[in-house]
Amino acid sequence: MSQNLGAPCQPLVKKGDRVLTGQKIGDSEEFISAPVHATLSGEISDIITLIDPSTDRHKQAIVITSDGKDEWVKLNAVTNPDELSAEEIIKRIREAGIVGMGGAVFPSHAKLTIPDSVFIDTIILNGCECEPYITTDHRAMLEYGDKILSGLNIVKKVVAPDNIYIAIEDNKSDAIEHMDGLIASMDDNDCFKIAPLKTRYPIGAREMLIKVLLGREVPINGRACDIGVIVHNVSTVKAIYDAVVKGKPFIERVVTVTGAIRNPKNLLVRLGTPLGDLLDYCGGIEGEAVEIIIGGPMTGVSQPNPGAPVTKGTSCLLVKESKPAKEQDCIRCGRCIEVCPMRLEPSMLARYARAGRYDDCRRYYIDDCFNCGCCAYVCPSNIPLLQYIRTAKAELARKADSATE
Amino acid sequence: MPQNKGNKEANPEAPPVFPSPHIRKGISTTRIMHTVVLALLIPTAASVYYFGYNAILVIVVSVTTAVLSEYICRKLRKKTFAMDGSAVITGLLLALTLPPTIPLWMMALGSFFAVTIAKEAFGGLGHNIFNPALAGRAFLQLSFPDAMTTWVAPTGFSFDAVTSASPLSDAFSWKTDELLLYRELFLGNTSGSLGETMTLLILLGGILLIVLKIIDWRTPLAYIGTVALLSFALGQDAIFHILSGGLMLGAFFMATDYVTTPITRMGRITFGIGAGILTILIRLYGGMPEGVCFSILIMNALTPLIDRYATAKPYGFKKETKGEIRSS
Repeated sequence: MSQNLGAPCQPLVKKGDRVLTGQKIGDSEEFISAPVHATLSGEISDIITLIDPSTDRHKQAIVITSDGKDEWVKLNAVTNPDELSAEEIIKRIREAGIVGMGGAVFPSHAKLTIPDSVFIDTIILNGCECEPYITTDHRAMLEYGDKILSGLNIVKKVVAPDNIYIAIEDNKSDAIEHMDGLIASMDDNDCFKIAPLKTRYPIGAREMLIKVLLGREVPINGRACDIGVIVHNVSTVKAIYDAVVKGKPFIERVVTVTGAIRNPKNLLVRLGTPLGDLLDYCGGIEGEAVEIIIGGPMTGVSQPNPGAPVTKGTSCLLVKESKPAKEQDCIRCGRCIEVCPMRLEPSMLARYARAGRYDDCRRYYIDDCFNCGCCAYVCPSNIPLLQYIRTAKAELARKADSATE
Repeated sequence: MPQNKGNKEANPEAPPVFPSPHIRKGISTTRIMHTVVLALLIPTAASVYYFGYNAILVIVVSVTTAVLSEYICRKLRKKTFAMDGSAVITGLLLALTLPPTIPLWMMALGSFFAVTIAKEAFGGLGHNIFNPALAGRAFLQLSFPDAMTTWVAPTGFSFDAVTSASPLSDAFSWKTDELLLYRELFLGNTSGSLGETMTLLILLGGILLIVLKIIDWRTPLAYIGTVALLSFALGQDAIFHILSGGLMLGAFFMATDYVTTPITRMGRITFGIGAGILTILIRLYGGMPEGVCFSILIMNALTPLIDRYATAKPYGFKKETKGEIRSS
């Protein structure tokens, strides 16, 4: 029920109800939230609580027992999408429950609802993978290139920017060529520009894309639209196309299954599929590897429960043999500071977080950190810097929650 | 779907949980320290060449004492002892800053002080405020001023030591032309501390560490640059000040010590400039001929302060956000 960055949804169904594929089963009154839909037809067998390993918070989940028929609700397709107004487009995106698929799961209708005071001059289509090992965006561009561009045109209609950059990492020359060819065959393609970027983590983060392409910086605690930019992931834009034109809700996504697995591959998966099923489908785990990670190797979170479902933000399932590294004292080498793309001091953040002085982390701009994990990657003393920072963020969020209640 | 809290008590079969990132660059503290030791062996070779058996004896005693002291301290503190190379660096560096004729018992005492008092008493690697080797040298200088200022001319592998004044001391006089003096200083063919005389090899070791990205080039550049500019501005011979004494060794191997110097880039430049100013002040107006040791120690003490203020502005920083964040 909580598959977006904003407010969690309330169930619209109860135990014993029969649902059809694509039927809305959860929604929220809040603006920054996105509804959830049934991903198969069948009976609601239970409403349970799961623990989200990345936030350690309890989340509600609806369990559907499939009837094996996969009967769909009647989709509300439009014959002429060009005639839709911006408001209608945004409404259709919201109803379909679209959220950013790059990882942040920010509701797309909220991203596209731009205050009148703000002028968006640039859209960046993010075709850069958010992490090493993941290839979902690469595959999406090759398989759904035309749909992505159609989706992009829909977004363009809502926002009316001067420039549209399509950012692709320079090691994916096939995707660059493919997208380039599709754009050339399009009408009215003046504002579209392909931007091949050096493949260097974390280039897939919106903060980095905006800095590299436009030289602008998103203000701390601000949004990209504050500086006239909207960044959309390629798969999100494809989902926007499906939602607006075909009326299809967000019930499936591409997941990279990789690591110590017999047949690593990208799968188009219905949301809610147990992770273990994906592993079995890919031939099962190879060797002694035991750790199951949701997300990539840099920011992914260990999932101790193979029965946990694929959600809207699951871009990758990584299986790895992990050896616990012994944490040593900080020798103040400064590598974490050197490597931090946000020019923060991870060592100080971790030090305050370890001492439980979470408020002091704010003095070192903890809110600016987007969890890329570069600090912990380079640390010669094996200090789990990212883990400390995440703990501090979670504690600060908890504090803010209890303050508003 | 069964609820699974992920801990081993709830379900012993559950896959393990590790913090991300799940891949690492694979550079360890030990490897960094060993690289520094290797780089230090380059100038050490020069001291053995110039000062022969004396050099070998002094260095062996210093390093052995340092490692033994570290071992005993770790055992007494009930901590694990790891041969991480940091004690070797302390022992080696301390030996290189001392006169070749230093009595061996004095050498051992200084090395013992450096590791036990200046490093382990503060909590060991990562927690000490002062550079252990320099603290050891300062301790010896204050305790045994005579032995610490008895310099001999380089004699190679011979036991006939001839006392002479070091280039920076008042008694030193140089009769021939300046270019020859610069050359001798650059190649280390003068009297002085064990490892401080051979500028060429110190430079080589230092550049090696910069290329391998072990040390930050900013500190030595700021330090040596400040010494050059300031001595020139005060009407001194800038080249002589750069090449003589312990400046090169200090700038490349001590002012770049991770633990005792600032962690930010801005801070490292600040540290270098501060140490440069202090070095010239002590050399020209202080009671001692050389000021590198004490200038770095003083800057070590200022390091937490520098770190607090010499910070970079984070991504997306605006003046207004500052107040917002602090008040929230």
